[in-house]
Amino acid sequence: MEMKIQPILEKLEKEFGAAVSEYRGDTSLVLTGEKIVAACQRLQNLGFELLSALTAVDYWPEEKPRFHVIYQMTSISLNLVLTLRVPVPGINPSLPTISHIYRNANWRERELWDMFGIKFLGHPDLRRILMPADWEGHPLRKDYPLGYEEPQFTFNYEEINLRKPYAKE
Amino acid sequence: MPDIQEITVQDLKHLVSERAIQGETVLLNMGPQHPSTHGVLRLLLELDGETVVNCIPDIGFLHTGIEKNMEAKTYAKAEVMSDRLDYMNTVGNNLAYALAVEKLVDLDVPARAQSIRVILAELQRFASHLVWLGTSALDLAARSMFLYCFREREYILDVMEMCSGQRMMTTYIRPGGLWRDVPVEFEAAVRDILKKFPKRIDEYEALLTRNPLMLDRTYGIGKLTGEECLNFGVTGPMLRASGIAWDLRKDRPYCGYEQYDFKVPTRAEGDVYARYLVRLEEMRQALKIVQQALDKLPLGPVRSQNRKYVPPRRSEIGVSMEALIHHFKLWTEGFAASKGAIYSAVESPRGELGIYLESDGGPKPYRIHWRTPSFDNLQSLPAMSKGVLVADLVAIIGSVDIVLGDVDR
Repeated sequence: MEMKIQPILEKLEKEFGAAVSEYRGDTSLVLTGEKIVAACQRLQNLGFELLSALTAVDYWPEEKPRFHVIYQMTSISLNLVLTLRVPVPGINPSLPTISHIYRNANWRERELWDMFGIKFLGHPDLRRILMPADWEGHPLRKDYPLGYEEPQFTFNYEEINLRKPYAKE
Repeated sequence: MPDIQEITVQDLKHLVSERAIQGETVLLNMGPQHPSTHGVLRLLLELDGETVVNCIPDIGFLHTGIEKNMEAKTYAKAEVMSDRLDYMNTVGNNLAYALAVEKLVDLDVPARAQSIRVILAELQRFASHLVWLGTSALDLAARSMFLYCFREREYILDVMEMCSGQRMMTTYIRPGGLWRDVPVEFEAAVRDILKKFPKRIDEYEALLTRNPLMLDRTYGIGKLTGEECLNFGVTGPMLRASGIAWDLRKDRPYCGYEQYDFKVPTRAEGDVYARYLVRLEEMRQALKIVQQALDKLPLGPVRSQNRKYVPPRRSEIGVSMEALIHHFKLWTEGFAASKGAIYSAVESPRGELGIYLESDGGPKPYRIHWRTPSFDNLQSLPAMSKGVLVADLVAIIGSVDIVLGDVDR
């Protein structure tokens, strides 16, 4: 752990009740969902200008919490990185949006809605971003099966073509 | 077959301005099949005459589910997919992946492998910038640039082919080192590049830098301030063209970049022209790094000796029972990484290429997320293109240097 990050961690621990952990030199903080907006605001004021990544992990069939949403922060002025982890329950998963603090969270939250079905409350434009608008399900969830395409040969070409899901005239 | 729903202006109410609903402005599709969108990017433009009022990017046409697929493969096999993400920076993606896995399992890498990684990553950066220069100049109607840039790129792809057998999808950098050592012709080929290319960059500069057409089309267009860049998550040459000298090779060095002497070029303007100048200077600096790495290229092994993670050489398998067992185990069930999560990032030609990698103690990544720079860089496009002409929008898209494989993953 870098020395410079210590005072910041202490502040966050005190203000937001965050739990600090470390693995292979990466520092991460576990926060609750209702404190994430205030914590992001605080971190931006403390010099973490860049939201590097915003992603999630699905721990299905675990339910409480089923997801962890991960906020990867970078401070360019202090040359530090910090990971925030927010547990989210599996039933009706939702979090408040931070797209008004970090503008690139806009697309990244849309991606999480698309891929994991986590709703971001107060998001200005929560549509699917990578999958088609009429897609069903959230592909990166662990209970979503990895699909494949049936290989077509000359003897079964027509048969498979009939049930293939693409637009035909 | 489901009915095709017609989308009306009412459905897009929250995205377009009030004037579009009253019919005063025109909505126009640009792409997904458009030569200057650099792939399959669709832009929904709201136009007032020739002026862009709103620009709404629509992405996902090249989404291939690489993150999901990687979760179903062992660490060694998943690497093959990393090439397919950003197909202009294949070696850089391999490097990012290898570094992430090495960090996760705490694996050492020999010094020779580190230097060769740096040489190839910098050559790849050069090649990627060549493609950017060629295509973005082509968008501005400088057709000859495109041919020159692709001519030079062939030299670099030849080096890639010499090392890995593949021009683009190399999978040459592996966790724990490299696939194999470079061939004997490697050094001469790279020295040839180092001799030829500085003059070629001067030629490009002679054609473009003071060209009045180029200046008219790029100067003062698509401005972003440094603060806006950070708020949008924009990294790489775009951030440096806005005056912030943030380069992961310099600021959070990996692969021994701290031993090389190179500059991080910056410009204060933050427009299309500044991005052009920053990238050109980066090409020169890349050659400088390659020169230094090649001059002091150490001898020795190119693969870690840690047989629990790195497969043995082919020659060992014939004589050592242990090597045979390791080979069999590593290629059938793979290695188990201890439980934990890491984030590791490298500087790709487009910006911060980060990997969030989580292991549940098994032989496959439990979750791998690619923080791809093009995704965030493209997000700043609507802000940059407010009130510009459609022709300028083309120049701006060129200056973002997106690779759609990188955006859509």
